[in-house]
Order: sequence, then C-alpha cells, then structure tokens
Amino acid sequence: MIQQLIFALVLLITFTVFGFTMRRIFYNFKFTKKLPLTDIAKRLKVTLKVALGQSKIFRFPLSGILHALVFWGFMVILFGSIEMVIDGLSGTTRILSVLGPVYTILIATGDVFAGIVLISILVFLFRRLFAGVKRFYGREMKPVSKADANLALVLILLLMVTLLGMNTYYLADAHVTGAAVKGTYPLSALLAHLVGNTAEVHIHFWHSFHWWGHILLIFLFANILPYSKHFHVFMSIPNVFVSRISPLGYVDNMDSITQEVRLMLDPQANIEVSDEAPPKFGVSDAEDVTWVNYMNALACTECGRCTSVCPANITGKLLSPRKIMMDLRARMKEKGPGLQKEGLGYSDGKALLGDYITEEELWACTMCNACVQECPININQPSIILDMRRYLVLEKSAAPAGLNTVFTNIENNGAPWQFSPQDRMNWAEDLYMNNV
Amino acid sequence: MSETKIKINVPVMAELVAQGKQTEWLFWVGSAGAFDDRYKKVTRSFAQLLTYFEIDYAVLGVEESDSGDVARRAGNEMLFQMQAMTNIQIFDSYNIKKIVTCCPHDFNTFKNEYPDLGGHYEVWHHSQFLQKLVKEKNIQLNTGLFKDNTIVFHDPCYLGRANNEYEAPRDILNLIPSKKVEMPRNRSSALCCGAGGGQMFKEAEKGDKEIFIERTEEAIGTGADIIATACPFCMVMLTDGIKYKNQEERMRNYDIAELLSMSLGL
Repeated sequence: MIQQLIFALVLLITFTVFGFTMRRIFYNFKFTKKLPLTDIAKRLKVTLKVALGQSKIFRFPLSGILHALVFWGFMVILFGSIEMVIDGLSGTTRILSVLGPVYTILIATGDVFAGIVLISILVFLFRRLFAGVKRFYGREMKPVSKADANLALVLILLLMVTLLGMNTYYLADAHVTGAAVKGTYPLSALLAHLVGNTAEVHIHFWHSFHWWGHILLIFLFANILPYSKHFHVFMSIPNVFVSRISPLGYVDNMDSITQEVRLMLDPQANIEVSDEAPPKFGVSDAEDVTWVNYMNALACTECGRCTSVCPANITGKLLSPRKIMMDLRARMKEKGPGLQKEGLGYSDGKALLGDYITEEELWACTMCNACVQECPININQPSIILDMRRYLVLEKSAAPAGLNTVFTNIENNGAPWQFSPQDRMNWAEDLYMNNV
Repeated sequence: MSETKIKINVPVMAELVAQGKQTEWLFWVGSAGAFDDRYKKVTRSFAQLLTYFEIDYAVLGVEESDSGDVARRAGNEMLFQMQAMTNIQIFDSYNIKKIVTCCPHDFNTFKNEYPDLGGHYEVWHHSQFLQKLVKEKNIQLNTGLFKDNTIVFHDPCYLGRANNEYEAPRDILNLIPSKKVEMPRNRSSALCCGAGGGQMFKEAEKGDKEIFIERTEEAIGTGADIIATACPFCMVMLTDGIKYKNQEERMRNYDIAELLSMSLGL
C-alpha cells in the first residue's frame, strides 16, 4: 500500500511538471500565424508512411535502420510501460497478462527489442563520441548541443538496461519461488540463467531496483525531453502529420500581396479594402512564423541530415538549415515569456533575423529543397528562409545588388536581363531543320 | 531520305488567333530560352522537335514575359504576383489550356503556384512531353552520333525533387545509343547546380568553393564527356563549370532536347 502511495505521488509530480512545461511551450503557438490544415486523409497516409513506416530515415542506411529499430522498439515497449503504471497504482503484477496471447506477443517482442535498442544506442554513442561523423559537428553544434545528444542516449541506454534487468529478475524470482510466469521473455530468459545462483532475497531486491529504476527513468526522461532536442520523441509524429504535403517546389502564396496586386492591375476591382494597418510582410522574429514552422522547430532533433546535403553548406557557406530550426526554437524560448506577459507588442530589442540568423545565411540558399527531401520528419527549412527574404525585400528593400538589378529588369523588360521584349522572338530567326 | 532543309516558321499565338485558329499547346519559351545565347539553341532544337512531331502549338512571342519564379524565390512576392497575374490574363485571353516549357522553374511555378492566383493549366516539362511522344511514336534511334560518348545526366532541382520527375529525361537519353553513367549524387540526392533561388544573378556568399564547381567536379569524376541536363539555369552553371575546369576540349553539355534533335538528324 505504501508503495502504491509513493508511486501515485511520483506519478502526480511527473504529470504536474510535464503539464507545466507543456503549457509553457504550447502557449507560444498562440503568437504564431494561422495556416489551415487540410487533406486529413492524405496527411494520415503520409504519417503512416514517413513517421510509423520511417520511410525517409533509410536514406542514410546504417543510422536509418538502427533508428527505425529503436523507434519500433519504443512503440512496443510503450505497452509494457503503460502496464507498469497500472501495476504501480493498483499494486498488481503484470496485470495486462489478462490479454492472453496478445500480451505474450507484445511482451516477448518488447523484451527482444530492449536488446536491439540497447545495441543500437551503443552504436549511436560510438558514432557520436568516436566516429567523427561530419553532420554531428558544425557552427551551431555547441558543447551543450552535443551534451544534450549524449545525455539522451545514455538515458535510453539506462532505460533498456533496467528493462532487461527487471524482466531477468522477474524470471529468476518466479524460478526460485515457483510462481507462474506471465508472458514470454526470450532475451531475459537467457540472462536469467546468468543470475540463477543469486540468493532469493537479492533477486527480490534487484527486481524492485530495476522496476523502480525503469519507471523513474521514464518519468525523468519525459520531463527532460521538452528541454532537450529529444523533444523530438513527442513532436515528430504530430510534426509529420502537420507537415507540408504539397510538391517540394511549391511556395506558399502571400494572400495579403494578392489583394494589393489585384487592386493595382484593376483599380475598379470590387475588393474590400480593410481599414486595418497593413500586415507586416515576411518574417523577422519568432512570432511572425506560422504554427507549422514553430512545430518544425520543436520537432527538430538536430540530426543534421539537412545540413549535410545543403549545397551552400557543403561549399563552406555559413548557411546551415539545421541552424535555422535551432535558432527559431531558441528565439521562441527566449521571447516566449515576454510575449506571454505583454502580448504581441512585446519587444526585447532583439530579433530572430539579425541576432540569430544573418542575411548572409539567408541569401546563400539555392531553394534546391535538398534539406526538405532529406529531413526524416518532413521539416521545411526553406519556408522560413524565404519568408525572411520576403521581409528583407518587401519591408526593407534589402536584397543583394544583383537581385535588385533582376527585379528592375523584370519590371521594365519582363526578363531578368536587360533585353528588349521586342527581341523575344530573335531565337526563331533563320530556323531550319532537315527533312528526314 | 531527302536531305532538303525545311524552314520553320514558329507559329505565334496572336497571329493564329487573328486567323481564327486555336492551338492545342502553348510552347512557353521562357526568359532564358528567349535571351540566353546558349539556351536559345535549346529552344531552337525543341521547336524542331515540335515541328518533327507535328505538334499543334504556338508561342506568345513578344507577348511573353517573365514567369516571376526568380523574383518569388528572391523574396519579391509583389513582383512575382504582378508577373503571374499578367501572364494568367494573357493565357486566359488566348484560352490556353496546355503549356509545355523547357524550363523546370517555369514548369514548377505554372503547375504548382499559378493555381493559387487563378491560373489552372495542364503543364508539361519538355522532358515529359518528349518522353510521351517518343513512346507513342515508338521512336527507335540507331544513330552512331554519340556511340563513343559517355553521357551523365544532371537532375535539375525543380524537375526532380520539386516535382518528382527523374525518369522522363533518362528515358530520352536511354534511346540514344551511347554509354550512360550516373553521378554519386543523383535523382532525389542530386546536388544543385548553384543557380536556384536567384543565386545565378548575384555574387555567391563567402565559402570554400562555388557550388557549380563542386557539381562539375562530380560530373567530371564519372568519366563522362557529355553532361546532359534539362534546365536553362543548370546549363549556364555547368557550361561555366566546364570552362573553369578547363574541360572544354574533352567535355560538352547539352540539353536533352538537343541530343534528341541531333539523334533524329534534324
């Protein structure tokens, strides 16, 4: 009974802290721009394929397969974690075994996956610490970013060790007491042989140790995640669901501009002109982005696949698509509390554009969409880059000289170059072909 | 087979309409197709192919203006929408339903972005258009023109990643008797030529290298002596790359339309 009470208290604390953190993070969505969410059926399909099916992660085969195994492992192991919460509150032991064969299959799969995840995490740690994988480095990968990544891996490692420990001592315990075993544990059965000679009292202790260790680590992990790039664990699936589903070449239309252009082309047009102050064009700070952009930033786990394929980054320019996402998240974290207190008019004298992201980075983008293609969770980095360019051009007239010339030429001659529109058919002069 | 030359009089939309004729296709030449000296040759090749395949088409001629793609991606949404709406007015005044273009950027913006502004058309990139034609007409090529050449295809971002078209240009190339190779970064992993997003018209930011050099080196590394592409921007960048790497003696670049036109003996 006392154990149940302690468990309930710990669970309450976990949920309270978690709820508090979530509210703080999610409140910031209120400051972002609206964007309708359409094509739900198509989105579900994309989520099944890209999130649950992990389709894009395999573009990097080795880390891809290992990640998919870890992900699928998590999904199965989650079942056991839910059971632990029920057991912990009600004082039962492996209560979901009432599900019969379904239970046996899920628990056996989870037990094997615990080993697979453990090995995968060891490989990941090795890659992070010793293999010198290029995409784990970069200007934006500060020591704290690296520590964050390693901490998450170590926590997952401990989660798997305690899970296997719990299962192993559960079997050993049943063996010495003669109690019936609920579920099947292919991997832990092997490990149980190794601890077979342990005294009964020690077996009891180690079972409790791993049980409590595992569940407390889950609670700890859940509350560390929102402060870590590993918030990814919660946000990735929803992020894939809300991600852009249009062709990669598509750019969002600025409807506020459309209204102005229609009036310019046809002053008699029957368009309602609103009396409100004209909207700000483009993005210069965190609250100017759409809610999907912010979601992208929260879901990014800094894997760096985007940056590793970015032509600008590959050739030594400052631009790194990963940094754009990290900057947006950091800026929202910095400005969010002020916005929550003082509303959208709040200013701290800083901005995403300028203090975090420089014009040099923005103008280096070729809009090639290699980053979007590579992102395993469909983050769209160029969308923010373009919206910042829009701010620079439409609000500040601050395009690089070459582009200003292009704008002038298109306006005057209808082409990026300074040619007369009358020469548009010159290519067709003296055109012949063989009669074959 | 007679070797007489046929003069091609490229049909212009306004003239045809004056004669009361409606054409099936608009061939959108694009600013690069009309003004860039290298790409004008591609436009001519494609016009030859349109004639050869007896396509009912016309161009807008002096009524054509820039699609606005560069302006949009450089952040000038106002200019893009001005261009787009003006173009849509012209398309609609000629009751245009189907558009074919050699430029993946214009293809992309017509297909994916003009609908937001009320312009709905069936849009084809010339690679897809030619792919369909050679299949329908069961074209087989037995020319020895490129039999000693090795061709590598560079995927334009706005045809490939942006619109998921990787096979159409390769299907055309596969018709041409020659050796084909691929760059390590091909199809959806292709490296950009460095021209997109307005880059072609501005100085590159500070870095270790220009993107077009990185890409040209990759193409050279395959041992190919022809870089085939299907985009005016890529054409400019790779031409510069070949010059920069002093490969002009050994290496050339062609658009798929040129290679097909030459292979057909046009």
